[in-house]
Amino acid sequence: MPPPDHSAASPDPIVDARGIVVRFGDVTAVDGVDLQVRRGSIYALLGPNGAGKTTLIRVLSTLLKPDAGVAMVAGIDVVADPPMARTRIGLAGQFAAVDEYQTGRENVEMIGRLYRLSRAESRTRTSEILERIGLMEAADRRVGTYSGGMRRRLDLAASLIGRPEVMFLDEPTTGIDPRSRVGVWELVQDLVAGGTTVLLTTQYLEEADQLADRVGVIDRGRIITEGTADELKDTMGGTIVEVEPPAGRHEEFRRVLASAVEGEVTWDPQRGHLRLPAAEGAASLMAVTRALDAADLVPDDITTHKPTLDDVFLSLTEDDAPATNAADDPDPQRSRTRGRKARR
Amino acid sequence: MTTATAPTSDTGRIGLADVVSDTLVVTRRGLIRNIRLPQLLVFATIQPVMFLLLFNYVFGGVIGTQIPPAAGGKYINFLMPGLLVQIVVFGAGQTAIGLTEDLNNGVIDRFRSLPMARSAVLAGRTIADLVRNAFVVSLMLVVAFAIGFRYQSSFLGFLGGVALALAFAFTLSWVMASIGLRIKNPEAVQSAVFIPVFPFVFASSVFVPPETMPSWLRAFADHQPVTIIANAIRGLMLGEGILPAGQTVAGQTLLALAWIVGLLVVFAPLAVRLYRRAVT
Repeated sequence: MPPPDHSAASPDPIVDARGIVVRFGDVTAVDGVDLQVRRGSIYALLGPNGAGKTTLIRVLSTLLKPDAGVAMVAGIDVVADPPMARTRIGLAGQFAAVDEYQTGRENVEMIGRLYRLSRAESRTRTSEILERIGLMEAADRRVGTYSGGMRRRLDLAASLIGRPEVMFLDEPTTGIDPRSRVGVWELVQDLVAGGTTVLLTTQYLEEADQLADRVGVIDRGRIITEGTADELKDTMGGTIVEVEPPAGRHEEFRRVLASAVEGEVTWDPQRGHLRLPAAEGAASLMAVTRALDAADLVPDDITTHKPTLDDVFLSLTEDDAPATNAADDPDPQRSRTRGRKARR
Repeated sequence: MTTATAPTSDTGRIGLADVVSDTLVVTRRGLIRNIRLPQLLVFATIQPVMFLLLFNYVFGGVIGTQIPPAAGGKYINFLMPGLLVQIVVFGAGQTAIGLTEDLNNGVIDRFRSLPMARSAVLAGRTIADLVRNAFVVSLMLVVAFAIGFRYQSSFLGFLGGVALALAFAFTLSWVMASIGLRIKNPEAVQSAVFIPVFPFVFASSVFVPPETMPSWLRAFADHQPVTIIANAIRGLMLGEGILPAGQTVAGQTLLALAWIVGLLVVFAPLAVRLYRRAVT
C-alpha cells in the first residue's frame, strides 16, 4: 500500500483514493482499495451485492469515515474536509431519494436551494435541467405519479443543479425496466459530455460495458482487476469455446481439451460447461474438435462466443454465485448485509 | 487546480444565515408533506375532533357531576385543556415515522451529501410538525368553542395554555425524533411510539381527575408529565380552583415548563447525536 501523500496527489485523477479500509464490527467491508478516476470519464465499479461498492461510494461522498486511507475528490480531502467536498460532489443513492409529495420541479428547486443557489437561479436551472432530462411535461405533477425510470432520472438530475464536478451513482438502474435503463444511460453520457466525472456502481455487466471508460471489478472489499471493458475481455483471449460433455465425464474431457489449447480450461458446474479460451478463433475451434475426435469423445454441444464481462467476472470470482443472480433481489440493502455475513 | 463546472470559491463553510435558510427549505418540505398526504391530515384533524365530541357527549354527563366547580359545571371546560395535551402526544409520533421513512428511502443520505447545515434536517422536521400541531390545535379550539367551551380565567391565561401545549408538542417531537432515529424501521416505530402513549394519556388527569384511581396508579398519574402539563393548562384556562388542593397556577406552570425544557435539553442533543450516527 503506498503511503498516503496529500501534496503528491496528481492533478490528473479527479478521484484519488488510496488504501481505503472500512470495517463494521469484525466485518471488513472495504479492504484496502486504491482507486483513481480520470477527470471527465465514467468509471464503473462492478461487483455483486456485499462486494463493498456502496460502502466505497459512501466514503467518497462524505457519508462515512473510513477506518484507514486517504481520498481526494476534486482536489479536496473528503475525510479531512467533508463540508468543502460536498460543494463539489453529487450523490444519487440506491433508492431514488425524491419526495413523492412534491412535484418534480419542487424537488429539484429544493436541492438547488440546499446547494446555496439563489431562489431565482435555482428556478432557472431547474427548468433547464427538467428540459434536458425530458421531464418538462411532468414537471408540475407530483412525483408520486412518476414511473420508476422517471424517478431515477429526476433523482439524478436533482444533483446536477449544484453543478457537481463528480457525480456518484450507486446502482443507477437497479430495479427499473430495460427501456428506462437506456434513458438513464443516455443521461449519464450526456452528463459526462458536459464535463462531469461519473463514478457509478453496478451489478450489471452490460451496464459497465456500455457506459464505462474504465471498469473496476470489486469483490469482498477488494478491487480484483481493472481496465477498459475491452482490456478485461482481452484477458480472456479472443473467443470463448464452451464444450458441454455428457453427464459425469467432464474430467476426461478437461484432460483432452487442456492438451489441445493454450490457456486454462475451467469447469462451470452450474451450466455444465467446460470453458476454454480460443486465442486463434476458428483455428482453435478446429483444434478442439480434432483433439476430441482423436480421443473418441463426442460432446453434447460445442458453442463459441466473444467474451463478455460475464466471462471475466466468472473467471475472477469462480467460487461465488454469478453476480447477475443478486440483481433480482428486491431489497438490495438487506441482501447486502446478508451477503456480507454469509461470507464470514 | 482548474475546474470546469463548480464554483471553487465555495468552501462549504456554513454560517448562521445558511442554517436559517436550510431550515426553512426543510420546513417547507415537511409542510408540503403534511398538507398533501391525505391520511396524515385526516388522522391529524378528524381524530382529535372525534375524541372531543365523543368524550364530551358520551362521558360528559356522568363525569360532569364529579369535576370541580371551577369548570363552570361543564365537562367540556374540564376536558378541552386535557385534550390539547392528548392530541399533541398522539400527533408527536408522526415526527418519528417521517424521519424513519426519510432514513430508509435515501433522503437523509442525499441531505448528508449536500453542502447544507446538518442541523437543518431535524430542525426543519420538528418545526414543520409544530406548524401542523398549531393547525390541529386551532381547528380543535374552533370546534370546542362551538360546542360550548369557555375559558374561565382571562384571555391571556387561555393563550398561555395554548402556548404551553404547543411548547410540549415541540419537545415531544424531539423525543420522538430520538426514538425514530434509534429504531430506524418505520413499521417498528409505529408500535414503539403509539403503544406507550396510551398509558401516559389515560393514566393522567386528561379525561378525569385522578383522585378516584387506585393508589398505585394514582402515584404514577399524579407525577407523570402529561398530568403536569394538563394541570398547568387547565389552571391557566380555568383558574386555580380547578387544580387539586395545594397546587397553584404559577407553581404548576413552572413545573410544566421545567418538564418541557428538561426533556428538550436531554432529547434535542440526543436526537442530533443519533442523527449523526444513524446512517453510518
